[in-house]
Amino acid sequence: MGTGTAIRVGADVMAIHQVEESVARFGTRYLERIYTEHELSSCVGGSPARAASLAARFAAKEATMKVLRPVGHQPDWRSVEVRRHPEGWCTMALSGHAAVLAEEAGIEELAVSLTHEGAVAAAVVVALCSPGDDAPSRADMSRDRAHCDGDD
Amino acid sequence: MDDTIRKILAEHGHFPVDVATIRDEDDLYQAGMTSHASVNVMLALEDEFDIEFPEAMLRKSTFESVAAIRDAVGELTGS
Repeated sequence: MGTGTAIRVGADVMAIHQVEESVARFGTRYLERIYTEHELSSCVGGSPARAASLAARFAAKEATMKVLRPVGHQPDWRSVEVRRHPEGWCTMALSGHAAVLAEEAGIEELAVSLTHEGAVAAAVVVALCSPGDDAPSRADMSRDRAHCDGDD
Repeated sequence: MDDTIRKILAEHGHFPVDVATIRDEDDLYQAGMTSHASVNVMLALEDEFDIEFPEAMLRKSTFESVAAIRDAVGELTGS
C-alpha cells in the first residue's frame, strides 16, 4: 500500500436455519451465550427475519475472530459485538479478551458489512492495523500467496 | 459417556460424514464441525450431563475431539 498500514480481512457465512434451530432447541441459553443485550434488541421481528439478523451477527463475530486470530483461549462471543446505529449501519465493538487481542495486533479500526439473502447470512470484517510485526513484507506476501486458503 | 458424546455430535455437529467414522482423537473441526455447531454441542452437553462449561474452558481445544470432550466432561462431572 505504501502507507505501512497492514490490513486483515475476515469473512464468514451462516446458514439461517441453523440459527433458527438453535433458538428453538436451546432458547435463551443459546441467545445469552452468544449475543449481547444490544444485539438481541437489534434483532426484532418474526422468526425468519430475526434468525437472519442473528445469523448475520454470528457471521460477523466469526469473521472478527478470523481477524483477531486467537490462539488457545477463544474470546467470549459476547465480547465481539455488532453495534447497530440508528441510521442502520453497523460497527464492531470489542471488549475483554477480544479487545486485548485487537490491541496486541495493533488493530486501530474495524469495519463490518452484514448481509443476508435467502437461506444464508454473511459478513465481512476488515481491520486496519498499525505498522508493526504484523505488517507483511513484500517477500512474505509473495511467499504466502502460494498457500492462502483461510476458508475454515 | 462416549456413546452420549457421539450421539450429541451426530445431532448437533452438522458433520458431512458419519460420526461413527470419526476416531476419538480425530480433529472435529477438520472433520467439518463449525464454530456455531460447537456452541450447540456445548449446550447439548450441558443439558445431558447437567454441567456448565466455565469461560476458562471455552477454547477450541476443549471441543476439538471426542477424547477432549470426554476429558472436559469428566473434569466437570468429577467422573
